[in-house]
Amino acid sequence: MANFFDRMLGRNREGSASTAKQRLQFVLVHDRINLPPEKLKEMKAEILAVISKYVAVAQEEVDIALQQRDHNNLLVAEIPFSKSLVQDPDEDETPIDKFKADSDQPQTS
Amino acid sequence: MAANQMRGKVVTITSGKGGVGKTTTTANLGVALARLDQKVVVVDTDIGLRNLDVIMGLENRIVYDLVDVVEGRSKLKQALIKHKQLPELYLIPAAQTRDKTAVSPQDMIQITNELRKEFDFIILDSPAGIERGFRNALAPADEVLIVTNPEVSAVRDADRIIGLIEAQNKGPAKLILNRVKMDMVKRGEMLSPTDVTDILAIKLIGIIPEDELVVSASNNGIPVTLNETSKAGMAYRNIARRLMGESVPFMPLESNTGFFQRLAKLFTGD
Repeated sequence: MANFFDRMLGRNREGSASTAKQRLQFVLVHDRINLPPEKLKEMKAEILAVISKYVAVAQEEVDIALQQRDHNNLLVAEIPFSKSLVQDPDEDETPIDKFKADSDQPQTS
Repeated sequence: MAANQMRGKVVTITSGKGGVGKTTTTANLGVALARLDQKVVVVDTDIGLRNLDVIMGLENRIVYDLVDVVEGRSKLKQALIKHKQLPELYLIPAAQTRDKTAVSPQDMIQITNELRKEFDFIILDSPAGIERGFRNALAPADEVLIVTNPEVSAVRDADRIIGLIEAQNKGPAKLILNRVKMDMVKRGEMLSPTDVTDILAIKLIGIIPEDELVVSASNNGIPVTLNETSKAGMAYRNIARRLMGESVPFMPLESNTGFFQRLAKLFTGD
């Protein structure tokens, strides 16, 4: 019923206002700490490279993002370890090399 | 009045982005506070781009301006222009032929300290931008009100200003969301007041609905809050009461609801 009236009113729950809100939240969190998205990508790659030096990281499940809580901005990282914690001794690639090979981040700033 | 002497409050109206309604807000809050029996002076700090005088309909009465006071050509009292209808409301106009560097933040602190002795409220209309003019208006502020519109560019600039105000230990600023079109908000095509406060993480002190009467009021040089039928005018009067410490609920911002919307409300209950 509610949906019917929403449609009748032309009300759009996914209207441009929600797009505006998402875009603003994204851009403001970068504005506030003066770290543009491209720089953040680089920083993430470096953080992962350091961690990967010590432990095997499940690269595809990594989530590092800026967040806003009230007026505090934080970098929230969820970095799960690789499920196969036992390394294959025959594998001569170190985790950091693996990461570099996987990374498609631009190397220049 | 005697007990209030030396205790006048400096309220700075600012925004970052231009054209969002700072001057209109300054004029209307000045009028609304004066109608609540407060002694009020509104000060145009936008040196070189004088506007508050025309919005208030006082452009023909200017003899001296803010820069004349700063540079000693006029006494502070000589630069005060009395409003036509409200004897407790005064304007200090900006200089039109100079630029922002003619006034320093220290000058503004000095002038407002003088005004505090005579007035209950000193409302400073800040220029747009984040440079000297903004810093002049911010320096003496006891309270900062940020005006923004529910649009991405205005909200982004408001956020920048909030950061600068906090850096100067002048926060927390409060928000006036101006030119809200409730019918668009309801359709999901305009940021709602809640969206904007979520994004900016500051408290609202007022929501001003879009109102054509604001334009007519500017045309006539009679601030819209003197018009009892105007919704925007009512919203400004509510802000004035909140500035005086009263707890005033936000008025329901109804759009011009048509038959189908009323019908829908009956069924959906919202």
